[in-house]
Amino acid sequence: MQFALLIYHTPQEFDMRKNNYSNPHLGAWRAYYRALVDAGVYVGADALEVPETGTTVRLRDGKRRVQDGPYADTKEQLAGFIILELPSVDAALEWASRCPGASIGAVEVRPLAKEALRRGFTG
Amino acid sequence: MNGITQEDTHRAIERVARESYGRLVAYLSVHTHDLASAEDALSSALVSALTHWPEDGVPQNPEAWLMTAARRSLIDVVRHQRVAKASEPTLKLLEEDSMETIVAAEFPDERLKLLFVCAHPAIDSAMHTPLMLQTVLGLDAARIAQAFLIAPKTMGQRLFRAKTKIRSGGIPFEIPRERDLPERLDAVLEAIYAAFGIGWDDMAGADQRGRNLAEEALWLARALLQLMPGEPEIQGLLALMLHCEARRPARRGRDGRYIPLSEQDPKQWSLPLIEEAEQHLAEAFKQGRSGRFQLEAAIQSVHAERARGGRTDWRAIVLFYEQLLRVSPALGTRAGYAAAVAEANGPEAGLVVLERIDPDTVSHYQPYWAVRAHLLQRLGKNREAADAYDRAIDLAEDPAVREFLLQKRG
Repeated sequence: MQFALLIYHTPQEFDMRKNNYSNPHLGAWRAYYRALVDAGVYVGADALEVPETGTTVRLRDGKRRVQDGPYADTKEQLAGFIILELPSVDAALEWASRCPGASIGAVEVRPLAKEALRRGFTG
Repeated sequence: MNGITQEDTHRAIERVARESYGRLVAYLSVHTHDLASAEDALSSALVSALTHWPEDGVPQNPEAWLMTAARRSLIDVVRHQRVAKASEPTLKLLEEDSMETIVAAEFPDERLKLLFVCAHPAIDSAMHTPLMLQTVLGLDAARIAQAFLIAPKTMGQRLFRAKTKIRSGGIPFEIPRERDLPERLDAVLEAIYAAFGIGWDDMAGADQRGRNLAEEALWLARALLQLMPGEPEIQGLLALMLHCEARRPARRGRDGRYIPLSEQDPKQWSLPLIEEAEQHLAEAFKQGRSGRFQLEAAIQSVHAERARGGRTDWRAIVLFYEQLLRVSPALGTRAGYAAAVAEANGPEAGLVVLERIDPDTVSHYQPYWAVRAHLLQRLGKNREAADAYDRAIDLAEDPAVREFLLQKRG
């Protein structure tokens, strides 16, 4: 079954991105990515821009309400995600604990919804 | 001649429900991962037994009868939900073995997998014990809520949430790999011990509620040992709980007064339970793999010497605590160690151990304040002792313990 690793960064981690390739943290991410591919569990992944670039939209009483910034007002913000094909949550927790994102911020493990539910959305 | 009364039948149903509940739920959910549906199916099978057995008599193999009835009702439910495509594999799995083979043959005992599922690291550890009590022993949410001192509705919601995660969260129904086993088994043992602890703390004299929960914990540990024979930590836990259980009659005075271990009359301790505990502990130690529960049981075993007219060997207790601290440096262990050091080497030495504990971690930890108060009092530091007693009294949940501390405070 497929699992998403949702990567939550602290402001400090988002700041690290500014140092670009000189950052040893980035080396850890590259090694992690390589390990995922070599293990044959990697399905896909992507990173998100910093939370300040986000805009949140709600439609209430027929009116569009637009808010500058991300939805949740918490310290840790969604920074990216990885999709993995794994036999169980045990394996997912193991990969999550090896993820460089877990050592400063947090990594949430969430199973992808079952095929039937997904088909309900996509028709 | 019809000697079987309605009452007999009800008792038979109760017995098979108690003994077989966990086995049936485990077997019914091992492929589907759907605990809630398995429990519902088993409930309707039990209801159906209540109507059929008094008329037709108790079947020769009541467990197989219940299994057949539960599977039938589970298949009905899945058929109704057929709109959801996802249920097709479930239906196939359920229909795979024909009913006849189930009735005839023994079905495998999957309770061990179920215990590991209930104490899975992805499940909130506060829910490990409630899940076990419900899925393995069949206790209802209201009863569990009562033992955990929370609203039944809240407990029901938390159990529901945990079961949803078990069904959809990719939690495997399997026995953990060798290298994960010690840690995973520890979580299972912790959960059983927590049930026992609640039953223990709850035991205000003749409180039936608390008593039962301690018995359920013993039952769980015995079932676990049957599934993993010779596992030393299971035997250690069993020995620990049996030693505590042996002292149950001596823990309260006739007036319900709290009696601390050092003042208990060993003649009131149950010798058969102590012997059983000692046997388990001896077998566990033979394996040469020491662990937290074996060491805790060993400490209780030293205390039990008094039952045979011996004195408490505090130096031995100190040594066991030192080993215990290496594997499990929990607050309770450190407070217990301080108390043992004080008995072996005097109150000053005990206080030194106590003061090495980070004060931030103990502000709400009752045993720390009780030990501290006791040691300060023995040193004649009455003002400081009174302050510590006040903290201990404030934090005590058991009215009898509170009363005991109030009297000692003076």
